[in-house]
Amino acid sequence: METFKLTVNGQVKEVTADPGTPLLWVLREDLKMTGTKYGCGIAACGACTVHLGGVPTRSCVVPVALVRNRPILTIEAMADDPVGRVVQDVWVSEDVVQCGYCQSGQIMSAVALLKSTPKPTDKDIEESMGGNLCRCGTYVRIRQAIKTSARQLG
Amino acid sequence: MMCSYERKIGFALGGQIVSPVKVGLLTIILISVASLVGAGARNQEGTRTGPRPSRAEGLAAWQQIYSVMSHPRCINCHTADGYPQQTDDRHRHLFNVVRGPEGKGVAALQCATCHQSSNADSTGVPGVPDWHLAPLSMRWQDANDKVLPSSAVCRTVTDRTKNGGLDGAALVKHHQTELVKWAWQPGLRNDGTARSIPPISYEQFIAATRNWTQARMPCPQ
Ligand code: FES
Ligand code: FES
Repeated sequence: METFKLTVNGQVKEVTADPGTPLLWVLREDLKMTGTKYGCGIAACGACTVHLGGVPTRSCVVPVALVRNRPILTIEAMADDPVGRVVQDVWVSEDVVQCGYCQSGQIMSAVALLKSTPKPTDKDIEESMGGNLCRCGTYVRIRQAIKTSARQLG
Repeated sequence: MMCSYERKIGFALGGQIVSPVKVGLLTIILISVASLVGAGARNQEGTRTGPRPSRAEGLAAWQQIYSVMSHPRCINCHTADGYPQQTDDRHRHLFNVVRGPEGKGVAALQCATCHQSSNADSTGVPGVPDWHLAPLSMRWQDANDKVLPSSAVCRTVTDRTKNGGLDGAALVKHHQTELVKWAWQPGLRNDGTARSIPPISYEQFIAATRNWTQARMPCPQ
């Protein structure tokens, strides 16, 4: 076991864990931040997406020891993020969500897309969001919500 | 085959050279040639020693290099299409991963979305700094994901319009990057078993690269 200092949503947290423990486990089990979801555990679904040093990252496959000093942003911080706030509001107004399980990962990926590509094309959306699976099939509404968010963000 | 300097010397030695000035000139030329011929090999520090490898030795060295380049640890990221490959069966990378404009994925699905700066053995995801695909100009496969023959890969690697403008020395340097070295330290799969590595050692690969570049990078026909 080792002690790690993590900066999560702007706050420094100390956790003691095996270095190989995935960041997702640390977030959910140690820090009790359960907004980030466990879907597959093998980088296949995107439910566990967080931003690590600004990069959308599958937290289920990143051992905590490899986080180092990169800041972590989770879904819990999106309400206070200028792009995240707009995306969440549009997600509600466009009624994107069905069961909701995949949606924190969808929003984290959508925010990353919009931050680097403010006016995404259909192809940009398909390629960037292609790794986020939704068993309820909300893909059409997700695409529409990303376009609406892009318009609102100007 | 003789280089132009060697041909000139052969001519001079075969002729009737008697004047002391000519002998002096010949000595200078001989010393220069000796140092040029001796410019062939390098020791560990990169100092030139020994004779330049022959074309045949260069071709043999290339085959060693090709045995590495055509190994899944290398060729899986030298694809001919918009995606990388995975594992020893070289299937298309799962999870809808795409190449993206710079070979590093796209905004929300980057290589770095999973691949970190070192192997993640507890989760089975390989990693090294600057994980990325080779550009399409450096594809070593055809459109059906079949590995190109040695001669075609060699032509691509030696074509400066395709290889990023790299000369021999720069190719040796490229083979010393962390990304290339990773092929010999590829970490564990997610079932805990070790990934396979190329058929020759890293040291043999670098020695072969040096020999091949010193032999002026010959390619098989
Ligand atoms: S839980 Fe991480 S990608 Fe599915
Ligand atoms: S909303 Fe149910 S899995 Fe996406």
